[in-house]
Amino acid sequence: MNRSKSRLLSIPYIIWVIGFTIIPIIFILSKAITDSDGALTLANLLAIFDPIHRKALIMSLSLAFISTVLCILLAFPVAIILRGSHIRKKSIILFILILPMWMNFILRILAMQMLISNNGIINNLLTGLGLAPMKLINTPGAIVLGMVYDYLPYMLLPVLNSVLSIPEDVIEAAKDLGSDKLHVLTRIIIPLSLGGVGSGITMVFVPSMTEFVIANILGGGKIQLLGNIIEQEFTVSMNWNLGSGLSVALMIFVLITSFLFGRNREEASTGIL
Amino acid sequence: MKKRIISAICTIATGALLISGCGQTGANSSSGAVPLTGETLTVFNYSEYLDPDMLEQFTRESGIEVKYEEATTAEELYTKYKAGGISYDLVCTSDYMVKRLIDEGEAQKIDFNSLGNISNIGSRYWEINKAIDPDNSYALPYFWGTLGILYDTTKVNGEIDSWDVLFNGEYSGEIIMQDSMRDTFMVALKYLGYSLNTTDEAQIREAADLLMKQKPDVEAYLVDEARDEVVAGNATMAVVYSGEAYLGHLYNPDLAYVVPKEGSNVWVDSWIVTKNCRNTDAARKFLDFLCRQDVATANFEFIYYSTPNEAVIKSMDAELKEDPAIVPTEESVDLCEVCTQVEGDTTELYNELWKELKAQ
Repeated sequence: MNRSKSRLLSIPYIIWVIGFTIIPIIFILSKAITDSDGALTLANLLAIFDPIHRKALIMSLSLAFISTVLCILLAFPVAIILRGSHIRKKSIILFILILPMWMNFILRILAMQMLISNNGIINNLLTGLGLAPMKLINTPGAIVLGMVYDYLPYMLLPVLNSVLSIPEDVIEAAKDLGSDKLHVLTRIIIPLSLGGVGSGITMVFVPSMTEFVIANILGGGKIQLLGNIIEQEFTVSMNWNLGSGLSVALMIFVLITSFLFGRNREEASTGIL
Repeated sequence: MKKRIISAICTIATGALLISGCGQTGANSSSGAVPLTGETLTVFNYSEYLDPDMLEQFTRESGIEVKYEEATTAEELYTKYKAGGISYDLVCTSDYMVKRLIDEGEAQKIDFNSLGNISNIGSRYWEINKAIDPDNSYALPYFWGTLGILYDTTKVNGEIDSWDVLFNGEYSGEIIMQDSMRDTFMVALKYLGYSLNTTDEAQIREAADLLMKQKPDVEAYLVDEARDEVVAGNATMAVVYSGEAYLGHLYNPDLAYVVPKEGSNVWVDSWIVTKNCRNTDAARKFLDFLCRQDVATANFEFIYYSTPNEAVIKSMDAELKEDPAIVPTEESVDLCEVCTQVEGDTTELYNELWKELKAQ
């Protein structure tokens, strides 16, 4: 009785997974391992080692890496401050940090564009103060800024979760046993929140690695990420086989990331959220 | 009052439908309209490329329901068309894509002379369209224009009349190029004195080399934002379509538009009736409706691209008529070529070189 009920409840999930995960992956895989005539080939997958594609992959990986590190550096202090703060203040600060997520993603990136463009708000302020304008937009730095701005909440929430779920007793015990504040941080708080950092890394690194919209808008189309090449293969070049091959190659990097950092996700996902 | 509330709700509901991506403008059943005939037309067009009120008006007048679908680029349109999920009756797209669809047997011949308002379309545009449709039997010109340089007159030295300003390094970091493969190659090919439809590998490579050398001077490769960047003063000049140039000029009167003396690309977006269209009478009614002066005027005032409808041009204000971004002069168009679809090998070469340029 109970079993048939749970089976019934799982039907929507099964339909969802088959329709939107399994079938698309089969399509992508079958395109990736065939050429335009339908013959089997590995060329599309190996095309990732082509100098242009390799360069774009390295650019994607390095920008995603920098963004992820910046997100960790920004999220950790906030999490520790929030741990020490009063419960009501905590929810207000959290609310303010999450608020931008409620706005449309493209809109936020366009707003960022207004802010950092050559004649934008920041440069107008600088020239108003008699300083030289800065070259901000259409650089790799601008893309990193956009990624950090967009993905910071995805790092913040799991990190905060695991920092908040460390029992006060553990920290008090450490203090009783003679640890100073730094020691508590490095020996207790950081190791116990690594699970949250791990899932934060997966949630920030993976989307930044496959990003192409931010690169188009804030990078001025001058910086080519692998996501841009895949988009071009699908829309302009109409070479769906190569586009699929590169997507699958990128998926392998996604899987590696999830394997390395995603193992502690279950621990991190319990707690206030 | 009640009626008003109901119509307001209808408007909101239609809006919600549009926003939710259905893209379907249902028939408006306001009073005084011809009853629905049960006929439908599926129309596929670029986004924001037709005054939505005109779709409603067409349904009111003819009783034919219009299912309206949109795409942002010719490539996206082609991909969606070929995906086969929807059977389209009428498609509006760019010249080279029209040619591709005709070549692939996707279009059907239409006797344009049977349309009552066809004489509104000037012979000049049928001539231009012969580059993609030699007998003028498939494609009906809808909007057209040129590609040129939009620049801020307060920031340049002297008058601009050549592509040279994009390549001589004088305006390094102040140039916006099109983030569109053929358009950007066109600039380099024309500057070098070649045809923009060349299939000569050496010429295309020479153009690519020139573009690679130019890249450090380019501030950004953009499509829709190119105009806005010049308007906002973030860049001095941009390669843009003439229609965009007109709107740019409205926002900032210091901007000017020029078709360089080396020649450029003249483009025509046209309507075709697809081979899948069963109800060609309805399709012809729709095309005839688009050629009618009041409808063409409404669409022109919605888009502000150059119209091939001479009845509309005649009714324009003198200021509009003399704006080269709205009514390109015959001399400037004589220097221009229509961009046609190139063969497979050349396309592959373009794709490779474009990727190389962007990855540099």
